[in-house]
Amino acid sequence: MDIPFLTIGRVREGLLSRRFSAADLAAEALRYAQAENPKTDAYLHFSPERALAAAKRVDQQIARGEDPGPLAGVPVAVKDVILTKGVRTTCGSKLLANYVPPYDATAVERLEQAGGVIIGKTNCDEFAMGSSTENSAFGPVRNPVAPDRVPGGSSGGSAAVVAQGTAVVALGSDTGGSIRQPASFCGVVGVTPTYGRVSRYGLTAFASSLDHIGPFARSVKDSATLLGVIAGRDPRDSTSADAPVPDYTALLDGNVKGLKLGLPREYLKELMSETGDLIARGVGVLQSLGCQVREISLPSTDYAIACYYIICTAEASSNLARYDGVRYTFRSESSDTLSDMYRNTRGEGFGAECKRRIMLGTYVLSAGYYDAYYLKAQKVRAVVARDFDNAFQEVDAIVAPVSPFPAFKLGEKVDDPLAMYLSDIYTITGSLAGIPCMSVPCGNTAGGLPVGMQILTRHFDETSMFRLADAFEHAQRR
Amino acid sequence: MKITEQEVRYVAALANLKLTDTEVARFQADLDGILEHIGKLNEIDTSNAEPMAQVLFDAEETATLRADVPAATLGDRAALANAPQSGAGYFKVPKVIER
Repeated sequence: MDIPFLTIGRVREGLLSRRFSAADLAAEALRYAQAENPKTDAYLHFSPERALAAAKRVDQQIARGEDPGPLAGVPVAVKDVILTKGVRTTCGSKLLANYVPPYDATAVERLEQAGGVIIGKTNCDEFAMGSSTENSAFGPVRNPVAPDRVPGGSSGGSAAVVAQGTAVVALGSDTGGSIRQPASFCGVVGVTPTYGRVSRYGLTAFASSLDHIGPFARSVKDSATLLGVIAGRDPRDSTSADAPVPDYTALLDGNVKGLKLGLPREYLKELMSETGDLIARGVGVLQSLGCQVREISLPSTDYAIACYYIICTAEASSNLARYDGVRYTFRSESSDTLSDMYRNTRGEGFGAECKRRIMLGTYVLSAGYYDAYYLKAQKVRAVVARDFDNAFQEVDAIVAPVSPFPAFKLGEKVDDPLAMYLSDIYTITGSLAGIPCMSVPCGNTAGGLPVGMQILTRHFDETSMFRLADAFEHAQRR
Repeated sequence: MKITEQEVRYVAALANLKLTDTEVARFQADLDGILEHIGKLNEIDTSNAEPMAQVLFDAEETATLRADVPAATLGDRAALANAPQSGAGYFKVPKVIER
């Protein structure tokens, strides 16, 4: 079956031509993933019972002559911040080491309804806070391309399993770059859809005004198929948009001639590096496909990091208040009173990065500071979003780097939180604006490290983003 | 200095976080550096900007409302299944009021 090179299309073809059954594939994919996982530790745990049950449903549908769905039999991995009923969901935290959710996230429900087979849960930074997956309470993930390096984060496990071939596609979550940056570091496709495109019901909340669920895949087409399955209005998430979901894959015709692309000068001026060279080469490829490229300006870029780290920590400090030792598995044993129990549970349960962000968020929301920090940041966010509105008057899509550098060494940046935050610059702006953005592989450095190119489009215009990325991917292969 | 150790302890109390002395010193230094960077925001003019609390998209005003129809809930057992301590259909916590 050639597990590490499977695509959604090949799985479908194999099933419909009866070359293999979904149950055989699930068993084989699980065996392969379990055998390969020690190389990266990208999976935290596996879900064999659930996988085999889902696969059997697909086989029954095929036997009855029914359409088994667009993800029929496809082995899928799910980031461990997304709830799976009956399958442990830890959020990479000691606090939730034994948490077994009583319900499924909507995205999980939809991908199983479409025939997807969830084989396991992937490692991530604790509560999705980080850019390297080194903040997991269960140890780091190694980049499958270069095992002494990080896979990026926070969805490092989901990026790694897709790159490693131990899943065909995966779900991740993105708040400030947590899908795009690891996709770039591992050399796979990662998509952050428009804010509101995918229901967050069952996604453990980090920063609610910024959180997204999105796909990882080894091809643009497969990422588009997965997004098509999970997207759309969900009454259980009032922030999910009631916008029609196009048939993305049907629209991938390779024709991007005449599309107007913008290159933000604020992003490229400081990018005198191999990453910058690869992006420039990628832009050349897009030009050769007939795209018109012009320079644009996103003037408030310099303020995006400060703005983002106020908003996301403020929201995180509120969202993480629920982990107090009452409802969610972990409780400090050394407490006689209720208030001690809260403080000790949180002090013992959270890792350093979560504590740092809870502290910063609590500080910026505390009496006397609200206007200077939180309110100011919300206004800056509006200015950052306006930059994009203005740019999209002139161009159809924006092309940019994902990260200033490729995957760094494990341990290299753990002691400097501010430096880690600053490296999120190219992904954070799109997150603040809530527009669709994705990372598509655009080559490797001389040292063999993958670099992703980011494509950003207007709200709800994932179609243009996918069309551009797909045409680029095919041109790269030629 | 943007933040003192005393303020760090005050904020930790607000956040219900027990910190060790080492953590207090560490976070004082970390937060100080981060707040220094955040000070940048004073340079940008936002007098014409409305605070953006959410990403907005075109929708009817009632788009976020649903019909008020009762639906099945999780039920006590499922809701309590992850509790560190429960009993008689409730979450149990240490004593709040001394006798």
